[in-house]
Parts: sequence; C-alpha cells; structure tokens
Amino acid sequence: MQVPPSVGMDTFPQLLIRNARDWGERPAYREKDLGIWQSWTWLQVFEEVRKLSLGLKSLGCKEGDKVAVVGANRPHLYWVFAAVQALGGVPVPVYADSVAEEIAYVLGHADVRFAVVEDQEQVDKLLDMSEKLPNLEHIIYEEAKGLRDYDPTYLHSYLSVQEAGQALLDNDEKLDGEWIEGLKKGKREDVAVILYTSGTTGRPKGVMLTFNNLLVSVQNANKFDKLDENADTVAYLPMAWVGDHVFSYAQCFTAGYCVNCPEGPETVSIDRKEIAPTYMFAPPRVFEGMLTHIMVRMEDAGKMKKVLFDYFLGYANQVGERILNGEKVSLFERVKYAVGEFCVYGPLKNEMGFSRVRVAYTAGEAIGPEIFKFYRSIGLNLKQLYGQTESSVFITSQPDGQIHADTVGLPMEDVEVKIAESGEVMYRSPGAFLGYYKNDEATKDTKTEDGWVHTGDAGMFLENGHLKIIDRAKDVGKLNDGSMFAPKYIENKLKFFPNIKEAVTFGNEKDYACAFVNIDLIAVGNWAERNNIAYASYQELAAHPEVYKTIQSHVDQVNKDLAAEPMMAGAQIKRFLVLHKELDPDDGELTRTQKVRRNFVADRYAPLIEAFYTGETSKHVVTEVTFEDGRQGTIEATVEIRDMDTYSTKSMSAIGEAAE
Amino acid sequence: MTVMEQTLEEAKKKAEEREVLLDLENVSLSFGGVKAITNISFNVKKGEIRAIIGPNGAGKTSMLNVINGFYQPQEGVITFNGKKRKSMKPHLAVDQGIARTFQNVALFKGMSTLDNIMAGRATRMKQSMFWQMLYWGPARQEEIEHRKKVEEIIDFLEIQHIRRTPVGTLPYGLQKRVELARALAMEPELLLLDEPMAGMNLEEKEDMSRFILDVNDQLGTTIALIEHDMGVVMDLSDRVVVLDYGRKIADGVPEEVQSNQEVIDAYLGLSH
Repeated sequence: MQVPPSVGMDTFPQLLIRNARDWGERPAYREKDLGIWQSWTWLQVFEEVRKLSLGLKSLGCKEGDKVAVVGANRPHLYWVFAAVQALGGVPVPVYADSVAEEIAYVLGHADVRFAVVEDQEQVDKLLDMSEKLPNLEHIIYEEAKGLRDYDPTYLHSYLSVQEAGQALLDNDEKLDGEWIEGLKKGKREDVAVILYTSGTTGRPKGVMLTFNNLLVSVQNANKFDKLDENADTVAYLPMAWVGDHVFSYAQCFTAGYCVNCPEGPETVSIDRKEIAPTYMFAPPRVFEGMLTHIMVRMEDAGKMKKVLFDYFLGYANQVGERILNGEKVSLFERVKYAVGEFCVYGPLKNEMGFSRVRVAYTAGEAIGPEIFKFYRSIGLNLKQLYGQTESSVFITSQPDGQIHADTVGLPMEDVEVKIAESGEVMYRSPGAFLGYYKNDEATKDTKTEDGWVHTGDAGMFLENGHLKIIDRAKDVGKLNDGSMFAPKYIENKLKFFPNIKEAVTFGNEKDYACAFVNIDLIAVGNWAERNNIAYASYQELAAHPEVYKTIQSHVDQVNKDLAAEPMMAGAQIKRFLVLHKELDPDDGELTRTQKVRRNFVADRYAPLIEAFYTGETSKHVVTEVTFEDGRQGTIEATVEIRDMDTYSTKSMSAIGEAAE
Repeated sequence: MTVMEQTLEEAKKKAEEREVLLDLENVSLSFGGVKAITNISFNVKKGEIRAIIGPNGAGKTSMLNVINGFYQPQEGVITFNGKKRKSMKPHLAVDQGIARTFQNVALFKGMSTLDNIMAGRATRMKQSMFWQMLYWGPARQEEIEHRKKVEEIIDFLEIQHIRRTPVGTLPYGLQKRVELARALAMEPELLLLDEPMAGMNLEEKEDMSRFILDVNDQLGTTIALIEHDMGVVMDLSDRVVVLDYGRKIADGVPEEVQSNQEVIDAYLGLSH
C-alpha cells in the first residue's frame, strides 16, 4: 500500500493522509466485537475510508450532498465522516435514540440524500418516514441482522458499498489519483459538518461548522492538555453531539490518538475498565452515577474494607487535591497518601477505568462540589470546561492546578469572552460557527455582525479571572417580590443529592418558588431495599411517605444553603412535590442530551403547578407517555404537595455565628 | 376471492411446500389412569414456526416432553428427520438436533451467562474429559472454537453486557434470553420453546418476538413453541395446533384456527 504524498492539513481527509504516513502502524480506532478488541491502524483506516468514499461516489454522492449518520459509536460510522468529506459532501450525524419523527425532521431539513445507519432499527425508522423524505435516495446499513427480506434497490450493506469502491479502484489505476485530487480541493472554509442541536426550545437547529472552526479549536485544545498520538479515549456519547464529534473525530484526527468503541451502550463501564483511557469526557451525571454505584456497593462490603475505605477517603479529602494541584505537601503526608493509593484509591480508580487517565473533563451541567472533590481527591485530574455546539466546544477550560468546583475556567487560546450588559456570556473565536443551516434569522439573533456569539447563559467573571455560569439567561427571572430567581441554580443544588435525579423549579413572576423532584431509582431503590420498603414501580416508590420525608430534608438543606447567599435567599423553595414519572426524552420532557425542557414540562404538568399556588395539598393527574416505538399510554397518580420552612438571611448568619 | 382469502391461500400453500421435519402419528401418553395426550397427530415442517396452544392442562408441555424424549408415549409413532424413533432419551434428542427451553427457567444460577451458554456446547466437545481438565492440549483449541460460536450467539441475542454476570442475579426477562442462548448454542435443527414470553412485560415480549423471528430467519432453525399470549402466537407462527384436554381440536394457519368454533369454545368456555 502506498500512501500518497502529503496534501495539506486543511480538512480531515487531508489529515487522514498525514496520519497514515506518520503513524501508519499506530492504532486509530478500536472496537470490541464478539468479545475481542479489534483495532485498525491509521493506514487501514485510510484504506477503509477510500473504499467507502469511492463506493459512495459510485452511488452518486457528490460535492455538497448531505449524508446522515445514524447509530451508536462505531468505527465504521466515524469513517463515513471522512469518506463523505473527501467527496466534498457534508455529514449530518443524528441522535440514534430519536424517535422516527425527530429523525425525519432533521433529515428533511438537511435535504439528506444518503443515510448511513447502524442496523435494522434505524432502517425501519427511515422506511417508516420515507413518504416525508422525498430527497432520501439510498440507505446504507452496517449490521445486516434482520434485513434479509427488505427491498434491496435502495438499501445497501456497508460492506457492499466498500466492495464496489474497491472493485472500481482495482479496475481503474487513475481512480486513486483522481480521488486524492478531489480531496485536495477541500478548503478550510468549507462546511465540515452540520450538527443539530437538541434544543431545549423549539425545533432543532442545524449548526454549520467549517473545517477551520473545528481545526483551530481542537488544535488549541490539544496544545492546552498536551494531547498527542499516545492518548486513548473511549467513544460512548451520542455521535450527533458536538462533544463526541470533537473528541472522537476532530481531536482524534488532529492529534492522531486512538478512539475505542465499546460493544454496546450497556457495556461501556466494562469496556472502559479494559481500555483504561488516558483522556476522557463525561457529563456530571456519569460521574454522579459511578459514585452512587460505588457507595451502594461499599454498603455491602466487608467491615475491614469499609473501615479502610472510609479512613483513606477521609484522608484523601484533606490532602488529595493539594497533591494533584502540585501544592506543597509534607513527606509524611505524601507517604500516607501513597499507602492510601495502594489500598483504596488505586483499586477504586481501576474499577472505574480511570487508572491511566491524565485529563478528564466534565461539562454540560454544573457538577456537585462534593462529587467533583471526591474524584479529584483520589487523584483523578478532573476538570471543567464550558462550551457549546456553536463554538466547536471549547470556550473556557480549567488549566491544570487552577481548579474550582464552581467555575468553568479561563478563556481558551484565541477565544475572547465578555459579559453583556444583560449579564449574558458572549464570545468571539475562530471556532464560532458559520451559521444555522437554512435559518438566517436564528443566525442573526445569535451571532452579531462583528462575530460575537450569544451563548444564552448568564454568568460572571470572578476575581481570579475564572468564568462562573449561573443559569440560562432567559430562565433567570424574578419572584413577585422582586428577588432574583435562577431556576437551574436551585435545581443543581437539589440534584447534588444522590437521591435526586432531576429537579425542575418554578417561580418566575409568582409569589414563591416551587419544585418538582424526580427521585434517583438506583439510590432510592437501594435505600428502600435496606429499609425493607417494598415497592412495585417507580411511581409507588416516588409516592412513599418515607421517600417524601428524605426528599423534604434535602429541600430543607437547600433552603438553608440558599439563605446563606444574599442574592439567592429570596428564592427558597416554599412547596415541592415528587413527580410520579421519570422525565424522559421520549416524552419530550428532556432533550436527547438529558437536559430539562423547562417550558414543555411546565405546560405538560400545568395542573400541578397551578396546585402549587392554590395551596392544594394533593392533586390527581393523568399523564400521557410515549413508548419507544411511538405508541401512547397514560399513567395516573395522586401527587402529594408538601410545604417547606424558609429561612431568613439574618437567622442563617446568626446560626453561622453561633456555630463559630 | 377477497384479499383476506388470498393471503390465507398463500400461507397454506407455503406451508404445504415445506418438507416435514418432525411427524407425530396417533401419539398417546398416560400417567396411570390419567390420559395426558390422546391420539394426537401433527407435524412440524422444516423452517417454520409452529405453535402449540391450548388452555391450562391441555397437554402442551407433555407434548414437548414427548418430542424431547423426556416422556415415552405408550402409543404412536414419532418420526424425526425421516427416522422412526423407538425408545428415546433427552440426551439422544440433543444429539439428533433438538434443543429446548423451559417454562420455569432452568439455568445454572451461580454460573455466569458465558458459562451457561458454554454448557450448551458441552455435548459438542469432542475431546475427552482428561484433556478438558488440562489448560494446554487439544481441548484448548477446541474450546476457543466453541467460545467463538458462543460469542456469536451473545452478539445475536444482544447480551454482551451480562457476559460475566451470574445469571441468578439477572432479571427474569434476561434469564429467559440466556436460556434461549444456551439452547441455540447446541445449534439445533428443531428448537422447542416452552412459554418463552411467560412473565414478561410488553417491551421484553417485543424483544423476545424479534429474537425468535431472527433465529428462524437468520439461522434457519425450525421452532415449535408453546405460548399463552394469543397476540404473539398469531403474529409469529406459520401454523398452529390447538390442544384441549389432551386432544387435538384444530390445526392450521393462524387465521383458520382463530375462526374455528371449537377453539373459541375451548378458550371462552361453553354455556350449558
């Protein structure tokens, strides 16, 4: 196999050629298949991409065509990006767990001509919607299972497309050169990808990112964290999400590191343990989930282990972070910490797959300070960053050694950040997106003429120069008495309790603040088991008086915390209820990235919110639910509403003084 | 002909074209004075999904046990793959290519999913016990081959995430799937499923139905199943045989059986 000479580094296909030359024998992608890790070197990836690209071309894929990619993280699907970009086309990754209508909307809006999908499930969704998708000409599937009896005219297997490409290549010597020529034409200003934002409001919008956007952003990020071809990462977050596109494709192609794809969504934790990535990203809920899981398991551990665990975790809490931050720590403390590393922290990190992690990021939501501190104290270099689809991820990030649980760090290289008069965070950077696809109006609303982008988040700079995000700017409101109401700020405080999975607060233009709470089935279920509380369903457990009592104590704690902060003290939670159903993206209550769609929830549960302010203590509601295949059902429940005590700022400071 | 009749004719024709895999002729089984099965004849054809239905106590599970060689019928002739059977034992049935799952999951609860499925390959191990006890030697290579096959089945039934989990700790729906996996590990020609959907919720039933269809379609395995969920039976099966009090009361494609008066009476009861 001959690798063509370098053709520049302006697009990902061009970088692929560089990688095949420079790191030909190094692993680029791995996937666990039939229980064994299979790997592809950069050279093999180059060949796979070329075959696929030529195969797609023979089906009629050409410059400017949009190609949808629907499926879980698999190497073959990542290669579609490069194969399409090499032809001058634009890949459009789509959330694989979306219901058929959502997929149809994105595919229709993006004028997609080709779709490369993972399996029968996705093929079925597209075929269901074929009437709404007149532009969709060919569907290419990777996994043939269950598809034998389907009409093959417009349906192709991934392998057959690649074989067609290979056959053309074998028959025509000039073809390879032509393909390289075409790929050379790619410019930095071209649109590299269209990513549809899940959108907490309204229809998803297609964010167009150019090669330049992605390249500048990720090259700065690689430099920032010193990432090179020796890194390993596990790809398990949705491919349609900008984070995964950057971590598992853009950064991987620029730094040349290896992306590992798990067997399936359920095996991620096992596979992560086997791979032990060096660079990783996880949203706060993943870290929360892991911690909950470990604490639950420790409850069942032997007494000796439990004592060791508690002792050394307590110790790590004192010195762990200081060691990680490179502060001055005495020799005795270091030795003792090393013993802890041997007995507790090391095995713990190994269990979670963090043994080799050099840099781990969390973003997307606020992370609980306790959780953040826990991971840092056992020696995981966990940091926070702030970004969005429109900025090619990186806006601010925490440099090593300057870590604070409540900030998102300093602006990245080449990024300017300012706080608008309204309190909204704005940025200007080479990573800022080109525009929304076929939606100039939205583009104009978001991006000013001189390149500043509205993030929609309210935030402020602290004295040390770090950015702190408070809430979505449009969500920040006022109670009727004029005090500030920042719903997410309160919700995050609630969510930091392991028993609370999700919370939604209301109060804008009302007399007082109220909250919906979703319990965490794992944590609360485990607690119920320990306390001999029998339950048959989520609904039953959620309505249990003991559960209410626990949640009430959490809400009380949040009120105390809020009272200690003069700006937020007015918005203490006066009334709350535990919701009878888990908020679910299939019902439209959460986005595909698990963020609450506040207005939607408010509409859907309007009778409950009304009951908050009419003083009722319980309310009967009927809620429609959607199953994954689109069928509808309903659940009924009588939901109890509880009143809470609130604290005055003065009495809190009095307590504080008494304590001192 | 109406469209309905046309599809009915097509289904019948399709069934007739197939080769007979298992044939039961005038089979009777009794325990002491209790007649469990009385003079029943029906056949299972290659590549089809054949359902055996009937109210409680109709003799469905006895029927499977007869096919499987667990019970020896007092009367009647059973022909499998063209060969008439004389006396039968379950392990002989396995050798002939008949595998089954049970109404109440019968797995090794303390063993992992992987080990349970590997157990399904035990009859296919050619090396002697001596070699199997050693790490090195010819048994090792053989086991690797078997493991590959088992991994394919794990992939097929999408149970990768519980590969190393002891099956006793798994939810019921997954245990049923592991049992199906173990039966498939024998690479059977005829697969007997005793109430594969019992005790499952809607979503688990949908998954199981899909797997049964996939097994039939992709692996070409002939399937005989007992099931109570009529919706499932009518959707999945090519032909249905209906038993009541040990007698056969109907036999045919689902549409036929559904409209049979005797079947309706057996299920809904008769007013006297």
